[in-house]
Amino acid sequence: MPSQVAGLSTAEADGDDLVVVARRSPLRAMGMVVVVALAALLVYTLVTNPRFEWAVVARYFTAEAVFEGVLLTLQLTALAMIGGIVLGVILAVMRLSKSVLLSRCAWTYIWFFRGTPLMIQLIFWFNLSALFPGTGVNALITPYVAALLGLTLNEAAYLAEIVRGGLLGVDRGQTEAAQALGIGRGRILLGVVLPQAMRVIVPPTANQTVAMLKNTSLVSVLGVADLLHSAQIIYSRTFQTIPLLIVASLWYLVITTVLGVGQHYVEKYYGRGSDPLAGQEAA
Amino acid sequence: MNAEPMVRASGVRKSFGRTEVLKGVDLDVARGEVCCLLGPSGSGKSTLLRCVNHLEKVDAGRIWVDGELVGYRQSGRTLHELSEREIGRQRADIGMVFQRFNLFPHMTAVENVMYAQCTVRREPRAKARERAEELLARVGLAEKAGSYPATLSGGQQQRVAIARALAMQPKLMLFDEPTSALDPELVGEVLDTMRALAADGMTMIVVTHEIGFAREVADSVLFLDGGVIVERGAPKAVLVAPEHPRTRAFLEKVL
Repeated sequence: MPSQVAGLSTAEADGDDLVVVARRSPLRAMGMVVVVALAALLVYTLVTNPRFEWAVVARYFTAEAVFEGVLLTLQLTALAMIGGIVLGVILAVMRLSKSVLLSRCAWTYIWFFRGTPLMIQLIFWFNLSALFPGTGVNALITPYVAALLGLTLNEAAYLAEIVRGGLLGVDRGQTEAAQALGIGRGRILLGVVLPQAMRVIVPPTANQTVAMLKNTSLVSVLGVADLLHSAQIIYSRTFQTIPLLIVASLWYLVITTVLGVGQHYVEKYYGRGSDPLAGQEAA
Repeated sequence: MNAEPMVRASGVRKSFGRTEVLKGVDLDVARGEVCCLLGPSGSGKSTLLRCVNHLEKVDAGRIWVDGELVGYRQSGRTLHELSEREIGRQRADIGMVFQRFNLFPHMTAVENVMYAQCTVRREPRAKARERAEELLARVGLAEKAGSYPATLSGGQQQRVAIARALAMQPKLMLFDEPTSALDPELVGEVLDTMRALAADGMTMIVVTHEIGFAREVADSVLFLDGGVIVERGAPKAVLVAPEHPRTRAFLEKVL
């Protein structure tokens, strides 16, 4: 705009049409070449090596047995996480309780279930009837029940610590303000403290969910046909080991991707009020 | 007017670990009275305030609000601690405003003011919202009803906090250094709100460093030091012509 540059010398006015060139980094360019080359090599192998047997992968990706495995894995993950969260919140509150009895009980639970391998816990629940022969236990503990029980109780121990960390992170003034208004203890926890703690609780819990998704594959030791076990059953018959492991991996990746999207929205929900921009939208 | 004081404290003692913070405090606050607690930090004034709604348990002595013993039931020579629910019922009638506002950050301004009405008083949401909006208008924040606390200035947050306390229709308001966390230019708007509240006849106990506010609004001023009340009286007497050397020394420092 000529009117604005009227007072400037010609040298300064020339500055208006100077071109900015970003600093070039030769290392970055070289790195790019290397990465692209490696990626091309990988794609080349994936496409040209017939032993990947992509046709087999495609055929089994939607096979009924695999699909049922996916559903079972999803079901186990969802139920174990829901149970784990509920039990974890209860344990966390118990650990923070002023009652020595409650806090010691919760401590002992967490100590035991975090301190022993999940695999042992699963096999233990499966074999519970060995401890109580002739009672109804054998009929009650099916492989599925043992799997769900083992995963849930183990997960609760980890989630209890995650929830406890979140609850401790909420300013004491929040509880005091709610107490001063005459709000009861349970209400303060569920309506005031926990919603604020969720911001801290959600990311590690999402992590746990992803870990749980893959930990469910441990239940194959109990003969429960989850995603991995379903794939194993097929390749033990057809010897197409690699293609079927690819099928299982692809499914795990699909599910974790969907979970990641879900996490984004859950975090956004619990972040309301702490992100100034989000607050303005609401106003 | 009821002659019985709104707040009566007698022989209140409180220790944290080995430190005795209150060493036998007596206090009478009449209905409609504005009482300012002054004193150096660590003198026990905030602790005394927090004993009035049982946020701190007293070690000895008793406190009555509106004739009702706070936190305990007396039978003969023993005091039985009340249940959480009973203490909650007592607290619901005592409004409290904190130094650091303590608004619930995950709720909008109007939700903050509504929350206790809905949960404690079990008011229907529509009615609670109506009252909350009325109260926000009264503290001059009608247009901020839908804003989250993080988007409000300190002064605005503190005014929402006052509206939140008023929503419970308290008999008594406790203010714990309500302007100490504010930028200097925001102090005035909060003090104005408190001034209006005092003019409406609310009984108030205010822990403050705002000597000007105390002089102008308070009916009585108490000066605490070392866990005891050193001097008390009308603001003109205590603030203008203090008798005790410790009061004099403190006032020289803050004025």
